[in-house]
Amino acid sequence: MKTNNLILQTATKILLFVIVLFSIYMFFAGHYEPGGGFIGGLMTSGAIVLLLIAYDIKTVSKALPFDYKKVVGVGLLFATGTAAGGLLFGKPLLTHWFTYVDLPLLGKTSLHTAVLFDIGVYLVVIGTTMTIIQTIGESE
Amino acid sequence: MFEILLYIALFLITVAMFGLIYRVIKGPTTPDRVVALDALGITLVAVIAILSIILRTNAFLDIILLIGILAFIGTVAFSKYLEKGEVIENDSNL
Repeated sequence: MKTNNLILQTATKILLFVIVLFSIYMFFAGHYEPGGGFIGGLMTSGAIVLLLIAYDIKTVSKALPFDYKKVVGVGLLFATGTAAGGLLFGKPLLTHWFTYVDLPLLGKTSLHTAVLFDIGVYLVVIGTTMTIIQTIGESE
Repeated sequence: MFEILLYIALFLITVAMFGLIYRVIKGPTTPDRVVALDALGITLVAVIAILSIILRTNAFLDIILLIGILAFIGTVAFSKYLEKGEVIENDSNL
């Protein structure tokens, strides 16, 4: 029996951008407000899960051709790279550094190397959840 | 005065949640339970909104959107399971 998923697929196309935008907001709000890499990664993988429910694994892996095990590796590389970055300047491991920069649109912004560590957490969370869900979804 | 109104609203929402929990437990069919769980999520959003007014904080406002999104994804996953027997298909164009 072939069922029609038109309403779900159209709603997904609109909601996907809202969820991904919310996850990016949660990621960048993490330093001053509730949020951070973990919940941002979970919301991004929630958006991909919604895409998986509305379509199927083949279509989604064509649209997002990532090997999620490699995403975990890149995330761990970010975290260890940030940790080792302090060693290059003669500081202890995991020393973070920040400065204030005048960006064109945003004005005076503080840029912190903790964001790079948080990107590592974000990628590891996305990679882990999507590897689990895809592996369970593919098994017959 | 406003505080009392908020507590009255919180009480009424709690009564509504007990009605929905009754439907989750009793509900003769699975779709009844799924709809009741979805509505429970929405009442939870209302509880969090009123609590954040009572506690005078805006730290919980992200959670409202979060619960809305999670309730939607959960309900869609449940309904797809009831409709097709599996949540994530391998290839829908077979």
